[in-house]
Formats: sequence, structure tokens, C-alpha cells
Amino acid sequence: MTIDWNHFTPLSSLAGGVLIGVAAALLALCNGRIAGISGIVGGLLRPQRGDLGWRAAFVIGLILAPLLYRVLAPLPEIRIEAGSGLIILAGLLVGVGTRYGAGCTSGHGICGLSRRSPRSIVATLSFMAAGFATVFVMRHLLA
Amino acid sequence: MNLLFALLSGLIFGLGLILAGMANPAKVLAFLDLAGLWDPSLALVMGGGIAMGSLAFALARRRTQSLLGLPMQLPTSRQLDRRLIGGSVTFGIGWGLAGICPGPALVLLGSGSDKGMIFVVAMLAGMGAFEILERRSVAAANDKHTHGKTA
Repeated sequence: MTIDWNHFTPLSSLAGGVLIGVAAALLALCNGRIAGISGIVGGLLRPQRGDLGWRAAFVIGLILAPLLYRVLAPLPEIRIEAGSGLIILAGLLVGVGTRYGAGCTSGHGICGLSRRSPRSIVATLSFMAAGFATVFVMRHLLA
Repeated sequence: MNLLFALLSGLIFGLGLILAGMANPAKVLAFLDLAGLWDPSLALVMGGGIAMGSLAFALARRRTQSLLGLPMQLPTSRQLDRRLIGGSVTFGIGWGLAGICPGPALVLLGSGSDKGMIFVVAMLAGMGAFEILERRSVAAANDKHTHGKTA
């Protein structure tokens, strides 16, 4: 294993992680909800009375975040290497998978591990392993 | 009031993703590429998030109502099944293909990225497919149940 020290950003990544934790804390303590993005978005596709407002507000906040960030500082680099076909396939798999698996990097990875939930520990190990394996296949076997 | 806090939470979450480097798919893939030039930064994102989250959920666990007087709706299921693992593996494959998971996808959409928008549309289609399949399997289960009773 070779560590890429040039792109290693320990301070900003740790600070960003803490901010994500603060956001999850806010939603749990004030709204009584888990900050799991796939669950919040998925719930919008299964409309229930009185349940849509907070979901929509949270999603709008996420979408507005880069606009607010730009006011405070220049946006960091965003580079998407995948072509459109691969993006569509990836999006479909992420959509279906997170709903069957009942969570993603936020709901299982951050909130679930914070709660020491056995389901989230298993889910996080599963998607991390699949992510590592997929990148290995794409970059080192197929490329 | 609860809408305001949800909006604020979404905003802070998004700012955190951007600052952390999670909104840059190339950086996410560099984290997932253990055999290449490995960028371990995103392990620190999880570390920071879980440290804060652990404090918050230790407090949240003791409450039956949120600070705004809403019911605490934290997951209670403990079932480890094929759905959980199969779904998570499927998600992980999709994540590894493009380096994008649901939160960063919405941030990319907000940043005006075309590919971000394409990803979000595909992700919503995947979630929609799940809803349709779920409704069908629930209906089929109910059907079986009523037939069982009349037979």
C-alpha cells in the first residue's frame, strides 16, 4: 500500500466529518430523526401526510450547501472521472441498493456506527468491502 | 420550526461533505483504491462524524421526545438478513463505480454539475424501482394470505 501524502487532507477531512456529525446531532436531537440521506430521499417517493416537509427541507439544505460554501470560500476541486453511461449505472445501483439495504454512508456509516447498531456495522462492512473490490476490479483488473 | 432545523441540518451536512472532500468523486475513489495511490483522508471523515455522532446519540437515546417535542424515531430493527447485506453490497458496487453516494450526489446537483444531475436522476429511478417492487411483493404477500384464509 502506498499512501498519497500529496492529496492527504487530515485537518479539513476531520473538520468536515465533525460538521457532518453536528448536522446529524441537530436532526436527531431537534427532529428526532436519523440523518440518512437515502432514507430521507426515499421517503419522499413514499408520500405520507406530515412526513414530507422535513425531508424536503433537509434535501433543499444539502442542495443549497455548495452555493453557501461559495459565498464563504472557493469550492474545492470536483472531478468526476466516470462517463455518463457509468454514472447512470452507478446511480441506479446506489438507488436500489441503499433502499434494500436501508441506508448508505450517512445513515449506516455515520449515524448507525455512532449508535453501535449491529445492522449498520454489517451494512457498512458490506458496502465498504464492495466499494474497495469494485475500484480494484475497475482500476487494476479491467483497466 | 422543525422545518427550519431540518434545513439547517441539511446545510451543515452539505458544508461538511464539501469541506471533508466527500463531494469530490475523484477523492472518494482515491480512498477506495487500496492497491493504488491511497488517500486515507475519508477515514478521518468517518472518525470525526462518528465521534460527534456518538455523543449526540448517547443523549438522544435517553429521550422519548426531541427538543422540539417531536417523537424520537430512531431505528429499532436488529435483523441481519440477505436484504440488508445484498442491498449494501449493491450500493457499494455503485459507489465504487463512480465515487458518488447519495449525500454528495445532492451536493453535486447543487454545484451545477451535469454528471451530478444525471446521477441523481438515475438514483431516483433506482429508488422508484424499489418502491414499485416493494408494493408488488407486499400485494402478492397479502394476496397469498387472503387466499390461504378462504381455502
